[in-house]
Amino acid sequence: MAVLRVKFTKTKRDKLAQVLWILNWISVVTGAILFSLGLFLKVEINKRGELMAERDIQYVPNMLIAVGLIACAINFLGGKICYDCVDTTKFLRWKLIMLPYIICTFFFTFCVLVGALMCYSMHGELEESLNLGLTEAMRFYKDTDTPGRCFLKRTVDLLQIHFQCCGNNGYRDWFQIQWISNRYLDMSQKEVVDRLRSNVEGKYLMDGVPFSCCNTNSPRPCIQQQITNNSAHFSYEHQTEELNLWMKGCRQALLEYYIHMMQSIGLAVLITWLFELSVLTGVRYLQTSLENVLRQGDPNSESDGWLLENSFMETARINLNIIKSLGKNNQIDTSNNGDPNINVPSTSKAHYGPDNVPPKQITEDI
Amino acid sequence: MALLKMKFTQQRRVRLAQGLWLLSWLAVMCGAFIFCLGVYLKTELLRRAEVMDNTEIHVVPNILMMVGLASIGTNWVASRVCQDSLDASRFPRWKVLLLAWFAVAALLCCLLIAVVVLSYALQGRLEESLKVGLRNGIRFYKDTDVPGRCFQKETIDHLQMEFRCCGNNNFKDWFEVQWVSNRYLDFTSKDVKDRIRSNVDGRFLLDGVPFSCCNPASPRPCLQYHLTDSRAHYNYEYQSEELNLYSRGCRQALIDYYMDLMNSTGPGVLSVILIQMSVLLSLRYLQTAVEGAMALENPEGESEGYLLEKDVKQTFEDCKAKVLDMLKLAQVDAAAAEVSPGAADAEKTVDNTTEKAASPTPAS
Repeated sequence: MAVLRVKFTKTKRDKLAQVLWILNWISVVTGAILFSLGLFLKVEINKRGELMAERDIQYVPNMLIAVGLIACAINFLGGKICYDCVDTTKFLRWKLIMLPYIICTFFFTFCVLVGALMCYSMHGELEESLNLGLTEAMRFYKDTDTPGRCFLKRTVDLLQIHFQCCGNNGYRDWFQIQWISNRYLDMSQKEVVDRLRSNVEGKYLMDGVPFSCCNTNSPRPCIQQQITNNSAHFSYEHQTEELNLWMKGCRQALLEYYIHMMQSIGLAVLITWLFELSVLTGVRYLQTSLENVLRQGDPNSESDGWLLENSFMETARINLNIIKSLGKNNQIDTSNNGDPNINVPSTSKAHYGPDNVPPKQITEDI
Repeated sequence: MALLKMKFTQQRRVRLAQGLWLLSWLAVMCGAFIFCLGVYLKTELLRRAEVMDNTEIHVVPNILMMVGLASIGTNWVASRVCQDSLDASRFPRWKVLLLAWFAVAALLCCLLIAVVVLSYALQGRLEESLKVGLRNGIRFYKDTDVPGRCFQKETIDHLQMEFRCCGNNNFKDWFEVQWVSNRYLDFTSKDVKDRIRSNVDGRFLLDGVPFSCCNPASPRPCLQYHLTDSRAHYNYEYQSEELNLYSRGCRQALIDYYMDLMNSTGPGVLSVILIQMSVLLSLRYLQTAVEGAMALENPEGESEGYLLEKDVKQTFEDCKAKVLDMLKLAQVDAAAAEVSPGAADAEKTVDNTTEKAASPTPAS
């Protein structure tokens, strides 16, 4: 018995073909949208490329771009096929291609689903990449005279201003690195020399942050230096002060930004996947009903359409046998001692088509 | 003799009606475009309303929005007229309306030209408004605890960071105001007391700027305080330092921004004026041609279309005479004055002059 059998009259078939033609063209548009979403994601990731360490995160936008292009091509072909399916003579042209086309599209929809799931799974990789990238960027903040790193200061400053964040996890990350270049340190001053000497690696560390960490919502002018020293500033308590600097870490801020973007894109891809699946189902029904019409001979009659000719188990078994016999072509048939001329009666039941009704016996008049 | 007379066969009239129908729908789109332009300009001006002292410059987007809406309606009416123009039974009902239509369309064109002129002329007023607004913003920067002014600090900080500018004319404007609130000054400290005493008004002035003036493109960490003292910082020279802070003043930055905006909309507005004028002229031709055709024995025959029935000088004289007559009638015969119908009509020439001659002046 067939899976989800539906009867199709001629008008129903024609209407199905027309509707599928339109839906295929809409799918071309959604494929183009997928492509542009992938491109957008790629551009956004490359924009902050300086802040991300080398990690394999480019595969998500690349996958989306590839899927988008293939979707456009497949649905364009599908549109042409459905356009021709209204006329049974033109359908003959496509008859042999349709089944492989449907199988390819079925596997392609899997790719779309994988693309959608990838969007949701990039979380861990991205966090790793941002963590390393931001640490590196902050370490090279002071190296504005080193070629290749001279723009990192500007990048980090603009990032902190735009995303309203400070440091990797928080503003204390700035206390652990030297972000003032030695070019601007007066080595003749006692205070500077003391600070350098007190550090194991000879770094000039201080409890201060760059100006880009300053919170614009603070009611008082920004306190950047001697942040942990309450007595250095009037009416200031460092433990309770929340509005002075940005409290969020930049890794968290960037992660939220990208996750939000990818969730929206993932949702769009899932909707596209559902749409593609429904178009595929329609094409399958169209193909089976047209083939049955051809088998019956009368192009205007009713015919059946189905998803699978037999039940799932039967279809799986038949396909498995086909695959097995593909490999057996070169093997010798040992059941009859290798002699192909012996007539072995068939042990399986005769199969008379979908309804399994044996044909009427024709008695010949001698 | 008529102004710019043209002959119209039936086919030409039909073509004119069709072409004008398309053109008037294009003009409807242009009206929508002008409206959107006005809305965009207004939102941009409102966003920075806190640093502007007066709202005189808002007249430009207001006129644009009004003209946009009016031109959508006007050009939609024009398309309806075109649709009815080839149907002799439906065209006459538009006759009276067409006069008003021409007046409104001419007014819209004049308003659009006025907008273009205004956007250049009001530059000075905008500059004044920004000067006063920014000065107040800088002066009230420290008043984050005064209701009504508590957002000035945030506004000015955001403005300076977004437009990459500092102060009104330049960063030295910050040296002349006290931008650190007294709440955060330690009055027991000698340094603070000295500074306040040295100032006539008792203000705490310093040669420092807020952090929002800092330029991220500077190779060294930002120097905010003791800016005029070259010895206060290592390897620093106040006169030659250019990258440390933003060198542009915020007034100049904002003026440049708004002038760029208005200049870039200039070509768009000019092309809309052209389209509106062509709709006006084409509709006039269509009206006169169709009316001429309806007056003929054979409605399908050739007719003439013109812009004005007489030439410009004579039409002007006629209008003047009519207006004077209206005034005379109103003066002398106040009780039983026949009010001659509405607007000065250029086409009703011969009949009206004879009518005026015949109508008795009661006082004589």
